[in-house]
Amino acid sequence: MKLNLRVWRQRNADADGAMATYEVDGISPDMSFLEMLDTLNEELILRGEDPVAFDHDCREGICGACSLVINGDAHGPERTTTCQLHMRSFRDGDTIDVEPWRASAFPVVKDLVVDRSAFDRVIQAGGYISVPTGAAPEAHATPVPKADADSAFEHAECIGCGACVAACPNGSAMLFTSAKVNHLNVLPQGSPERETRVLDMVAQMDAEGFGGCTLTGECATACPKGIPLPSISAMNREWLRARRKAGRG
Amino acid sequence: MAVSGLIMLGYLVAHVAGNLKVFFGPEEFNEYAHWLRVMGAPLLHHEWALWLVRIVLLAAVGAHAVSAYQLSRRDIKARPTAYVHRRRRASYATRTMRWGGIILALFIVWHVLDLTTGTVHTGGFEEGRPYQNVVDTFSTWYGNVIYLVAMLAVGLHVRHGFWSAAQTLGVGNARRERLLRGLANGLALALTAGFVSVPVAVMTGVVS
Repeated sequence: MKLNLRVWRQRNADADGAMATYEVDGISPDMSFLEMLDTLNEELILRGEDPVAFDHDCREGICGACSLVINGDAHGPERTTTCQLHMRSFRDGDTIDVEPWRASAFPVVKDLVVDRSAFDRVIQAGGYISVPTGAAPEAHATPVPKADADSAFEHAECIGCGACVAACPNGSAMLFTSAKVNHLNVLPQGSPERETRVLDMVAQMDAEGFGGCTLTGECATACPKGIPLPSISAMNREWLRARRKAGRG
Repeated sequence: MAVSGLIMLGYLVAHVAGNLKVFFGPEEFNEYAHWLRVMGAPLLHHEWALWLVRIVLLAAVGAHAVSAYQLSRRDIKARPTAYVHRRRRASYATRTMRWGGIILALFIVWHVLDLTTGTVHTGGFEEGRPYQNVVDTFSTWYGNVIYLVAMLAVGLHVRHGFWSAAQTLGVGNARRERLLRGLANGLALALTAGFVSVPVAVMTGVVS
């Protein structure tokens, strides 16, 4: 396959960026999108040019390191992570636009790499549970209803890649935060911090400069892990409940 | 956004129900309009209940507009650099919430000046005879055009707005998803169809 790539190049966080055009040849349809970029970078290095910087790690679709907005879609046209997107999803001779996640809370570090520490700070604000240390507790000591366990697991699938923020026309992080809040709030292990968790995480999310939610549903469509849109409503329910309990309206 | 929106939506449902009385003839329609002014009597003075409704509505419109402004500013700030490759996102109703809201705000101003105060009314506005006033308005081409456009905007706005309000208030979940979408679409359709039926009736001569 021969492809025309238009890639966002930006020297560093302070520099102005622009789209640069590259032609890559000899791409196999079985290559992943990242392998295609590796091929491009090998050529660039041979030519003595600066290779395109992009985030990647496990390349198994489970770590959440890879990003990229491909032809306007976070993680590209398939509902998976960019590392699991294969070139067979494109046609020979296609022009492909590759851009970084765009959000003021995710500043560009270089080229296609963005700083997603804002997510870490949201997690630090309440995405944990307090447990006594020591040997693993007896499994039957804390029974969890099947439906709750399923719901917790569904939300625990979030890998924190940031596709929801990238896809949202408002740059909102509601789907990410709701996945993290709901994951722990439905479980008995998470109940001691149930109220402070949702209040603190939402406050941190707002402080990071993410946009507000207008329920466009773009996030859930882009999510490679299928975090459902009603999660946002569940988090709103938790938030309102916590505010009521705290006597703040 | 959600609470103020639902207050206005509740009013719209009552409004469309009142509008449909136009099909029972001028007597009943005018009598209904008169009743709106003596609502709550003799406990409440003339037009007190009506003014109470107007004040609540005005507060709701204000709160809705201020929240929309704040939300929009925040959203624009959160994405300072736009994507080079744009594609059409979300449904039509979702994408037109902001412009639809502005169109509706302008429409309400015209609507009040036309049929409440009569300032921009054509054909001799007469207080206490709303039936004739309605017929007059919908006998002009621009009256029909403005009204029909605004009513389509109402339908689209309610379609996304009602469902969104439910999500904001934490009522949504996977099991209720179909119910809430259905309710939002049903409400939007009923409101638009109900409101549009009046100018169509005047145009076709059913109401004259």
